Amino acid sequence: MGLIKIREERCKGCTLCINACPKKIIALAPYVNSKGYNPATLTDEKACTGCGFCYAFCPDICIEVYR
Amino acid sequence: MTTKVLMKGSEAIAEAAILSGCRYFFGYPITPQNEIPEYLAKHLPKVGGTFLQAESEISAIYMVLGGAAAGARVMTSSSSPGISLKQEGISYMAGAETPCVIVNIMRGGPGLGAIQGAQPDYWQATRGGGHGDYRLLVLAPATVQEAVDLTYQAFDLADKYRNPVMILGDGILAQIMEPVELPEANNQLPDKAWAVGKNENRPRNIVSSSYPKVDELEKVSIRLHERYAQIKKNEVRWDSYLTDDAEYVIASYGSAARIAKAAIKMARAEGIKVGLIRPISVWPFPTEPFQNIVPQTKFFLSFEMCTGQMIDDVRLAIGNERPVYHYGRLGGVIPLPEELLAKIKELVKEAK
Amino acid sequence: MDKVSSFPKTLVDVPMHYCPGCTHGIIHRLVAEVIEEMEIAFKTVGIASVGCSCFCYDYFNFDVVASAHGRAPATATGVKRVHPECLVFTYQGDGDLAAIGTAEIIHAAVRGEKISVIFVNNGIYGMTGGQMAPTTLPEMKATTSPYGRSTALTGYPIKMTEMLALQDGCVYAERTKISSVATINKTKKAIRKSFELQIAGKGFSVVEILSTCPTNWGMEPLESIKWMEENLETYYPVGLIKDEKEVK
Repeated sequence: MGLIKIREERCKGCTLCINACPKKIIALAPYVNSKGYNPATLTDEKACTGCGFCYAFCPDICIEVYR
Repeated sequence: MTTKVLMKGSEAIAEAAILSGCRYFFGYPITPQNEIPEYLAKHLPKVGGTFLQAESEISAIYMVLGGAAAGARVMTSSSSPGISLKQEGISYMAGAETPCVIVNIMRGGPGLGAIQGAQPDYWQATRGGGHGDYRLLVLAPATVQEAVDLTYQAFDLADKYRNPVMILGDGILAQIMEPVELPEANNQLPDKAWAVGKNENRPRNIVSSSYPKVDELEKVSIRLHERYAQIKKNEVRWDSYLTDDAEYVIASYGSAARIAKAAIKMARAEGIKVGLIRPISVWPFPTEPFQNIVPQTKFFLSFEMCTGQMIDDVRLAIGNERPVYHYGRLGGVIPLPEELLAKIKELVKEAK
Repeated sequence: MDKVSSFPKTLVDVPMHYCPGCTHGIIHRLVAEVIEEMEIAFKTVGIASVGCSCFCYDYFNFDVVASAHGRAPATATGVKRVHPECLVFTYQGDGDLAAIGTAEIIHAAVRGEKISVIFVNNGIYGMTGGQMAPTTLPEMKATTSPYGRSTALTGYPIKMTEMLALQDGCVYAERTKISSVATINKTKKAIRKSFELQIAGKGFSVVEILSTCPTNWGMEPLESIKWMEENLETYYPVGLIKDEKEVK
């Protein structure tokens, strides 16, 4: 059981977290933030293990991990 | 306190720095100022200080930046070509509002030039020297005693205005030996709340000259220039010699002013009423004494060991009110009082 | 559920100016986390250099001195000599450390200056717009090597960390990379080791971190990590270059 919270305003849509996620449950949102980036978003809350790989790879440190 | 000791100019500058509370020196060898780092290498460790020889003048000035940012009293010294190398760092220090004392024992230039004493770096010293719109407080001693007193004060001035202060000497001043009276050791150093270091009970400190936002940089520049205005108001220093009845006024600073005094004595013996105004702070330049003496003066003669640089400041001070001439020898040739006397007599003759 | 990972206190909570996918942000976080975990933020002084990371003083939540291009090791020397009890580290890119700052970094190592150097190498000048660096690979295109780096014209890439490791004053030198969670963790360990050695009063240490520059390499962030591993890493192999035990 885990959860991540993404500060979408800080996200630059670099996709590094998407690649890092072992469960492949992060994707770019169809909408853009105020900077014009499609932010990363969690697609399946139930599947998240809170492993923190996305946090480790996020250059903008905009992910919080809960377990 | 009244005991006098015989000291070489360069060593006296070094000792005055220690007495003023300077505990860190970073430098690189260059003639004719090597006795300053050599003296400090010997004596700084005895007072718990650090002397460190850097791999270049550039590195030395950035060690000074680090030491000053860390709140210490720091000094570096060099001679003309080495001071050119330091200019980048001096500009950074002015921009980062970090105090330090820089000694320039000038020698003949341009380029590698020669190691004999000369005064070719006046423009560089008084116009900031490096890139950007900044100033240094520049003090130009003419005697070993004055070198001691000004170096001692320089650290206080640097801390007071959070700006680099330059001691502008030359090979003659650095090598000459004279009796000096040394000041008391300064044990009360100012607290520097802005400096970096241990930061338990305060917000973080950033020491930087980087201001990427233009409006912010403009504000900083205005702040710096308000400070320079304060320096101009408070720190003008000058001396005069036989100016009361002078009809002709020589402008000269540092070692050249000593030669000028000798020439003035000779001219006076021949009935020529000539006097001397000697800027001690070359930035800020003492404009007022020059302006005040205009009514009685037929001409000014800027006597410098270069092709004429301070002459610009004399002209800026008095405008077109009177002619301003120049005399000097170049490349490290030390002019004789007789030569200056001949120039004075020639100009007096022309003026009549 | 408990919060297990979030923004470290040793960073200022502001958006960073780095391009999307730039690994500077990850390296900033690793440095900050190590300082937080070692509980030494109160006595840490960072030295910012010039390049993309010059604004790191906006991000690190402790004292920082901003130095000039290549001069950070000299500035660090000044700070460390005045405050030997502080952790003093420089954060430099390859344009800064391997070109204009070659003398300063080598002599800091020669002196065994008790500082840590975080050296981020992506083989290009980022901030100024993708010019060729001394670390740029042969045939690699940059804005000042538009036909690819010609070794006949500009020589070969410089291996700074190997050179630093040769100096007796250097106690620890390691090259890592940012390419996976495992290598990110390895990088963090290397940074921690460097900081611990400094706190223990040992000499100079350097952690070179192979990084990317998606913007100036003209690649997507993921693609650039792959490119780094397939190209940059072949010239700059990751691993321990010099360990503390080797110090005589």
